[in-house]
Amino acid sequence: MNIIVCVKEIIDPELSPDSFNIDPEKNVPLIPASTPTVISPFDEQAVEAALRIKDSHGGKITILSLGNDLHREVVKKPLAMGADELVLLEDAAFADGDSWSTAQALALGIKKIGDYELILCGRQAADWDAGQVGLGIAEILGLPSVTLARKIEVSDGKAKVERVTPDGYEIVEVSLPALITVSNELGEARYPTAMGIIGSLGKQPDIWKPEDIGLDPSETGGRGRRLTLLRLFKPVREGKCEVIEGETLEEAAVNLALRLREAKIL
Amino acid sequence: MADHKGIMIFGEMIEGKLGAITKELLGGGSRLSNALGEELYVVLIGNHVSRIADEAVAFGANKVWVVDHPLLEDYQPDSFVSSMVEVLERVMPRVLIIGQTSVGQDLAPRLAFRLNTAVVLDCVELSIAPDSKLLLQTKPVYGGKAWATFTSDSFPQMATVRPKSMAPLERDDLRKGEVIPIDINLDQSSIRTKVLEKVAEEREGIRLEDAEVIISGGRGIGGQDGFRQLEELSKLLKGAAVGATRAACDAGWVPSTIQVGLTGKIVTPKVYIATALSGSSQHMAGCSGSETIVAVNSDPSANIFKEAKFGVVGDWKAVLPTFIKKIAELSKD
Repeated sequence: MNIIVCVKEIIDPELSPDSFNIDPEKNVPLIPASTPTVISPFDEQAVEAALRIKDSHGGKITILSLGNDLHREVVKKPLAMGADELVLLEDAAFADGDSWSTAQALALGIKKIGDYELILCGRQAADWDAGQVGLGIAEILGLPSVTLARKIEVSDGKAKVERVTPDGYEIVEVSLPALITVSNELGEARYPTAMGIIGSLGKQPDIWKPEDIGLDPSETGGRGRRLTLLRLFKPVREGKCEVIEGETLEEAAVNLALRLREAKIL
Repeated sequence: MADHKGIMIFGEMIEGKLGAITKELLGGGSRLSNALGEELYVVLIGNHVSRIADEAVAFGANKVWVVDHPLLEDYQPDSFVSSMVEVLERVMPRVLIIGQTSVGQDLAPRLAFRLNTAVVLDCVELSIAPDSKLLLQTKPVYGGKAWATFTSDSFPQMATVRPKSMAPLERDDLRKGEVIPIDINLDQSSIRTKVLEKVAEEREGIRLEDAEVIISGGRGIGGQDGFRQLEELSKLLKGAAVGATRAACDAGWVPSTIQVGLTGKIVTPKVYIATALSGSSQHMAGCSGSETIVAVNSDPSANIFKEAKFGVVGDWKAVLPTFIKKIAELSKD
């Protein structure tokens, strides 16, 4: 069973709103230099979904990531979790793209990798929250797709997906090859083991440039966009919290109730 | 493009009626329709959807296109994308707006890529640029820490819109509109996914989207027992329901159906009692529309205290039960 998982390296989404500012001239985030980058959490869960399938069926998991100046310890984490190979589409030309240019490039990367039964992606990247690249890849490659997977089982050339719905879930069957996007309801991704980390240190990724996948560098990344970003800004927060106190916490609780009653809120 | 005209809303039927999201999009769409001087359309795709066409007119549609077919009973990308492509070829709207629902977030990207056009998902604001007449799409990014405004010049201009971010028009059954059935040739063999079963999680009490008061718990609740306590407390208040953060759901303490946040439910209750949750921007994306947020958290530096109007700093186990019981007692007066 060959599985390809697409992952994206992003600014740590746990960064507090106070540390997150914006350069209004360049429309880019201004964040502390010490802010770590991580694999986007939904992508990590896609890796976890692949590992669960590999645990029961065996096979090979290839991790594919697109970007520029990628941090090796970050993009190698899926290898440390148990994935087998890593392919990086890494070049300055790939930078500043949108869902369109990213899906185009990843689809070409997948074509070059060649052999696969299943492609897994996170439902959206936790930085731009665009939510399109997975389905864009499916459309470009002409594959069937299922989104919002919280559980994936494979057998006899088909996948059975528990797909999240507003009231619960539905079970969707799809023939392979297919692309499935994964949501957080799948559960927590496993931690890399010490052995996994040591093993991943020695593994070298394949690095492909635009020309290696048949892409003109002047037609990808920022120059292959369909969407123009006009403005990036922080919404105004008027927060002024009235903190209610008391001699004891129970008294504070009573005072809170009285205050809300007085303000005709409850 | 001169030949693309009109604002089209992708309508959804929920439990046999026009979905609340569709009414909201019609409300927002009517403002765009006025700004452009162009008509407002709805497209309904499904099985037995013809019955809600009149409701779509009552909520603002000038024309309703209906694709009604048994093969469209369950949402699936293949049949819905190809049906939409045929409708769009026929109608050629300037703008297509879809709800950011479990259907919409699946349909919109594939449809956009099929049509070689761009789409922005989860918009909270849409407007028309006065000079270019292009759609300006604004959405939260970086988990809600920032907002971004986008535009593109391909047609149709597409966006999905977050639930509860637009206001519906008043229902007017005297409004007149045209209902146009469209016959689409659907081939079962081209539908590559199959819905085998639908499972509704058991839910006590009212839906989060309808609750007046929500007691929401985070990582600090500590486990299933803590949430059972929140459930018991919620029964003391009229119109109350329990919500949770993604962390609590991912840990398996509560079903994901009560997750509030960017990738969960969007809620707008009168009061949102944020209990032992830090108030991450992803969570706030789901509850910032609440009239009043009350925070109970033992960490005074938690982000939730920058989002709430009232709060108590302390262990929720000591604060919340007394607080809720006092409110219940005062309400009896």
